[in-house]
Amino acid sequence: MWDYIKLAVLGAIAVLAAIAANYARDLAYMVNALTVMLAAAITFVWVLRRTDTPKVQPANEYLDGVVRAGVIATAFWGVVGFLVGVTVAFQLAFPALNFSELAHGYLNFGKLRPLHTSAVIFAFGGNALLMSSFYVVQRTSAARLWGGNLAWFVFWGYQLVIVLAATGYILGATQSKEYAEPEWYVDWWLTIVWVAYLAVFLGTIIKRKEPHIYVANWFYLSFIVTIAMLHVVNNLAIPVSVFGSKSVQVFAGVQDAMTQWWYGHNAVGFFLTAGFLGMMYYFVPKQAERPVFSYKLSIIHFWALIFLYIWAGPHHLHYTALPEWASTLGMVFSIILWMPSWGGMINGLMTLSGAWDKIRTDPVIRMMVISVGFYGMSTFEGPMMSIKAVNSLSHYTDWTIGHVHSGALGWNGMITFGALYFLVPRLWNRAGLYSLKLVSWHFWLATIGIVLYAAAMWVTGIMEGLMWREVDANGFLVNAFADTVAAKFPMYVVRGLGGVMYLTGAIIMVYNLWATVAKQPATATANAAVPAE
Amino acid sequence: MDTYSLFREIADSWVLLALVLVFLGVVIWAFRPGSRKVHEDVANIPFRHEDRPAPAGATGDRGQGGAR
Repeated sequence: MWDYIKLAVLGAIAVLAAIAANYARDLAYMVNALTVMLAAAITFVWVLRRTDTPKVQPANEYLDGVVRAGVIATAFWGVVGFLVGVTVAFQLAFPALNFSELAHGYLNFGKLRPLHTSAVIFAFGGNALLMSSFYVVQRTSAARLWGGNLAWFVFWGYQLVIVLAATGYILGATQSKEYAEPEWYVDWWLTIVWVAYLAVFLGTIIKRKEPHIYVANWFYLSFIVTIAMLHVVNNLAIPVSVFGSKSVQVFAGVQDAMTQWWYGHNAVGFFLTAGFLGMMYYFVPKQAERPVFSYKLSIIHFWALIFLYIWAGPHHLHYTALPEWASTLGMVFSIILWMPSWGGMINGLMTLSGAWDKIRTDPVIRMMVISVGFYGMSTFEGPMMSIKAVNSLSHYTDWTIGHVHSGALGWNGMITFGALYFLVPRLWNRAGLYSLKLVSWHFWLATIGIVLYAAAMWVTGIMEGLMWREVDANGFLVNAFADTVAAKFPMYVVRGLGGVMYLTGAIIMVYNLWATVAKQPATATANAAVPAE
Repeated sequence: MDTYSLFREIADSWVLLALVLVFLGVVIWAFRPGSRKVHEDVANIPFRHEDRPAPAGATGDRGQGGAR
């Protein structure tokens, strides 16, 4: 019965999408509607072929297929996102690479830049969070994922969001809110997918066999709940037409700006921090083979982070139309955030106490350790940059871009690589990784790449900040904007090379993970029939 | 008093106080007597059910379940 309802819904979606494509008022909407039609049609056929066959959901096995798919998606989108990042980095250094004549502006920096940020944050980072949360919540709840194949719906639904957003950006559908660029219908679809994600995650926690909820799940859950709230409020918009991609924001002016950065900073705080801390609290203890340093500290870390982060957004709007008290409030809370952030970093690092030798012998734990180190470094730098006096120098300069990348490449990237190296042998029943030497290569390429990137951006950011504010004896500005652009050229090349190294490391990882599965024999399967206990 | 000012006043007085007290309560709760044993048990959750879920009917298998 359920299958017939699914078929009816999918058929209706495919037909409606076809009608929408026919009436489309702009190219982006038409392409997106056709994509939806195609996705619904493929799913229709898939469901049709499986109608009335019994669906097996063995309660004595974990649902790992969706985690495996998530691992592949994470690695794939990671390489894509890094590649687009390297491309835009060199576009900034060599504007000819925009190929404006050839591509009629469709591949300009302005189009590719949101493609890069969304690809790395939401496609790479988002898939890392999806798959690792599905893995961790099952292991720490000792229960199979709730909701049957709902987790698969979440996975494929999320990939559809990525594809719709990416094609939309290139063809001009954007509501021009940073990190929230997708237009109204993509936002609606993501809301549906996200509610399903919350249901799967919460359902698994509710049917858990462990009496307590492990701290990693607290972080994951706060990430899912908060992102739902942020996403809905920041994307309150009214479509101009149901057959067009354009929509109008409900908020205007400084309210809109504050809502945007309340969203934007908490996307950092809950998507890129809380969610990834969930990964840290599971994978670092597992790889170090010892429990977390202090469980008490992890509880305080969690609640302090949750209570403080939500207030930090106004530091993105220093010296704007935002009231001074709001700006000061954001600054103060950003600075207080030092404490939980460093508490968490210390907790992660000290988990290795008594096993420090593993850093020398195990490149995977080394990757996790440097990731936590970068977490500490960027959560030191961020509060410092939120101080108004520092911000007056750093804001709108490349320093911000350097800061973001030491956090994103260092913290999010490295902990994800560590988790991928941890997961692949386990998920595909292999004795170990194909080559630890290649992991070392990846580690050093990525680390040196980040150092080149961050150092180049510090130099160019501070230089450009100083050049912008330089005045002569009569009070006239000394430098034109174009002077700063010319002065930044060498650092932009170095930054691009750092990106190339990081990308090369990721490609080495993909080869290593592929070889782990393809070039090694499977060990005895872990999911064999469970004897009666 | 307009709605904004009213909300603002409630938010930066009683709600602020309530949230601070909740947070302090969490910290005190974390350090309550007898929490050490519970926390040691909880911290070892990742090492218990690596390969398969807990068998049906088992609830709260604290201290057993294939500890490594």
